Amino acid sequence: MGHAYTPGLKVTEKLLVTKKRILPLKGEVLVKVGDKVSPDTVVARTNLPGNVEPINIANILGLPPEDVPEHMLKKEGEKVKENEVIARSKTFFGLFSSECKSKSEGTIESISSITGQVLIRGNPIPVEIKAYLEGEVVEVFPKEGVSVSTWGSFIQGIFGIGGETHGELKIVTKDNTEVLTDSLIDKECAGKVIVGGSLVTSPAIKKAVSVGAKGIVIGGFDDKDLREFLGYDLGVAITGSEELGITLVVTEGFGQINMAERTFELLKSKQGKMACINGATQIRAGVIRPEVVIPYAGDIHQKIETEKFENVGLQIGSPIRVIREPYFGKLGKVVDLPSPLQKLESESSARVLEVEFADKKRAVIPRANVEMLEE
Amino acid sequence: MKDLKPEDINVIVATDCGSTTTKAILIEKRGDEYRLIVRGEAPTTVEAPFEDVTMGVLNSVAEVEELSGRKILDEKGAIISPAKGNVGTDIYVSTSSAGGGLQMMVAGVVRSMTAESAERAALGAGAIVMDVIASNDKRLPHQQIQRIRHLRPDMIVLSGGIDGGTTTHVVELAELLSAADPKPRLGIGYRLPVIYAGNVDAREAIKNTLGDKVDLTIVDNIRPVLERENLFPAREKIHDLFMEHVMAQAPGYKKLMTWTDAPIMPTPGAVGLIMKKIADEEGIEVVGVDIGGATTDIFSVFQGTFNRTVSANLGMSYSVSNVFAEAGLNNVMRWVPFHMNERDLRNRVKNKMIRPTTIPQTMEDLIFEQAIAKEALRLAFIQHKSFATVLKGIQQQRTIADAFAQTAGGLTLVNMMTLNMLIGSGGVLSHAPRRDQAALMLIDGFMPEGVTRLSVDSIFMMPQLGVLSTVHTKAAVEVFNKDCLIHLGTCIAPAGELKVDYSSTTRREEKEILKFKFHMPNGETIEGTLKYAEMKKFPLGFDDKGVPLKAKATLEPLRGFDVGAGKGTKVEKEISGGVTGIILDGRGRPFNVPVDDKIRVQKLKEWMIALEIYPKEALERL
Repeated sequence: MGHAYTPGLKVTEKLLVTKKRILPLKGEVLVKVGDKVSPDTVVARTNLPGNVEPINIANILGLPPEDVPEHMLKKEGEKVKENEVIARSKTFFGLFSSECKSKSEGTIESISSITGQVLIRGNPIPVEIKAYLEGEVVEVFPKEGVSVSTWGSFIQGIFGIGGETHGELKIVTKDNTEVLTDSLIDKECAGKVIVGGSLVTSPAIKKAVSVGAKGIVIGGFDDKDLREFLGYDLGVAITGSEELGITLVVTEGFGQINMAERTFELLKSKQGKMACINGATQIRAGVIRPEVVIPYAGDIHQKIETEKFENVGLQIGSPIRVIREPYFGKLGKVVDLPSPLQKLESESSARVLEVEFADKKRAVIPRANVEMLEE
Repeated sequence: MKDLKPEDINVIVATDCGSTTTKAILIEKRGDEYRLIVRGEAPTTVEAPFEDVTMGVLNSVAEVEELSGRKILDEKGAIISPAKGNVGTDIYVSTSSAGGGLQMMVAGVVRSMTAESAERAALGAGAIVMDVIASNDKRLPHQQIQRIRHLRPDMIVLSGGIDGGTTTHVVELAELLSAADPKPRLGIGYRLPVIYAGNVDAREAIKNTLGDKVDLTIVDNIRPVLERENLFPAREKIHDLFMEHVMAQAPGYKKLMTWTDAPIMPTPGAVGLIMKKIADEEGIEVVGVDIGGATTDIFSVFQGTFNRTVSANLGMSYSVSNVFAEAGLNNVMRWVPFHMNERDLRNRVKNKMIRPTTIPQTMEDLIFEQAIAKEALRLAFIQHKSFATVLKGIQQQRTIADAFAQTAGGLTLVNMMTLNMLIGSGGVLSHAPRRDQAALMLIDGFMPEGVTRLSVDSIFMMPQLGVLSTVHTKAAVEVFNKDCLIHLGTCIAPAGELKVDYSSTTRREEKEILKFKFHMPNGETIEGTLKYAEMKKFPLGFDDKGVPLKAKATLEPLRGFDVGAGKGTKVEKEISGGVTGIILDGRGRPFNVPVDDKIRVQKLKEWMIALEIYPKEALERL
């Protein structure tokens, strides 16, 4: 049996963060190894094939499909403009003619004598990939993209919405327990990544969007507000492509939950620094969690003494957080790890641990319902 | 496969490489019968840092070795074969759903006809159908093209037209495919496999349109005439291509393929196979369900026809929030015998979604989770019923009565009254602290009518038995009957309803709807009546060998109620016992939950106490 607990999310002061920046299709890489990049630097570029518009010439001109090729004014591979006549048929000894125009600009991709259909491929759609981080290009994958590295502080969230963005960190609550309300947000927050405590309210998010804040990092969020903000009930946790004008990174979970003190303190110590954040979340095989990266300026090749965290599993004394009712969100230390299965109140048998909370009260909890905190 | 006669096969090892765990089972011939000896499991090793599925297989087999004392692997980590004494195995087979299983897209001309046949073929082969493209699916061609391009399936089935019919539409679809130039999900270097199973007259045109862009295979038409489906050739080809292309791209599978004595099958395909075999062998109608964290699979065999559906976003962890969203708060809460705050509920569901591995610690949490499971089962079954139909688009002889019935054709094959057995599997059913809870989840989720046997597959070895049935049917069927299923018992539910909804003011539930008499195996006779909106339970367990006991039941439904022979008609039947025994469900069909909240809670508690679903004191406390 593997580890019967959830490994905690990473919250690290110093880490070499490396991100692959890959194009969806092969294209052109614009930087080389060793280049310094900032979040907005375009590192690679390609053109996606344009959208295809089918036109059924046979139907429009009233021809049998096999006659379509001979009535075409444009051949396969030729460029056409919007509203340009691409086929013409003459009837009644040439007295009457009917025409068929292209609905869009593009290139004739194919002409079919079986279906009488012509496909017009629209102009290519340019796609650019940005560096996302402030750092250095450490690897180039020819025609595909690059890897960008930076030393920085790294915080993983549990859930997020919205894509990659960056801005200066601004702490707006007095501590990790305060609720982030709209009254704490003002024009000063424009372009910033704002950090709150235990919960962000729906009016606060709206205000943050209206003043032009780039992102919010927060302990908890109510599902009811999420639904209101998204406009639909989120069914499956695959996010990141929302375009709501702001990126949200939730560090603890749904409901009002104090942001872990360590996380809050780390963010507070970086007030005024630039943070690169991404709300993309995917909770399936190949888990993706939202993140906050606060890049350090400086040489990525330097040897920095990093905090060592070995995943040794749960031990007596390990700091943990409970991640399910009835103690959801509480923090404590493991005081016992009995190995035999124990019967829970729900009558299920599971491996458990005993935890001592900050107020010295103790509880027995299934190991599956805790996550480890990094010290 | 080795040159072994079936009767010479004494030792069998089978594995199922799931997306998270690889499960191995050891079957041995003891005397005249095949029995499960032990099972072992280990994490699946398809993803980084291992990226070799065989490591997980070897680890799970090593656990089997440890538990059984049989040496199966040699020093180099290869499977020893054939078996000699306590060393080696005669055959080794495997299924796989690792790396996301088999993800397919299907395309057909008419959504409810050829496209649906293609979908049936793909689902039956064990695939997840990502999308169905049809000429009449109401999307514009460029939207269809974008969708095809965006999806990156493992394989595409293209169908359309009956043999000799018009070719234009299916070639048009091929042109769309060609324009989209779809790329496979795995492996940059190979071309996407496309199976053409449509009108034979269009084959040349299809070759011309698609031949250069994809890896095209042509098989017999899936719908050669409107009145007949011919799914077998397409399904077989899907399995072949799954092995050749998809599996061959997944890390370690090339090696694994050389070890097995039968082709590796997609997990759900293997489950379907064993279900069909059991239904055929015993001449019964079966519904099976596998409710997982992300998806719920439903299999059914009615009138000899096998159907499978996958509800991709109905599940108990990753997809739990979607069950909640689709079913709606009220539908989930109708199964919960206490009140909960909506804000708190919503947050709980989302927290389960973002931390899917947690388990219910409190009774309240367990009841709530099982309420969600009932809704997931119900929703998945609705999808299944609308899919498992007689062929659509066929001219049917109709009477004037049919005209009044207003059915749109494509009548569902699913008939809850003729259903003989309901099999449940998946964490929430298999690991329910009390088996009675699994029984009630199956009853509330599926609403069986008349007399139905209930069972759960406790350790989910149907996949391994399914692939084993392709090489050794006897062993697979014997192990299925003796070791795979946990028999829960029999549910007797008279179908029918009283005209007025029961409520607090009118005590209609006092009305008797069934007289029953059970001749128990110990000679005792149990006799009584069942009232409307009442549930009862009687123990009927197992004999010394662990075989479910049988009782002779005489059931006399009252006017307007049916237990299988028609309204008000008496039924005499042998019924099977199990861990739960006999459940009498007098809530009527269709089942309507009491509208009044107070009565609803009171009735739920009554039923749960009668069936011993949850501890009485917990229900009284909550």
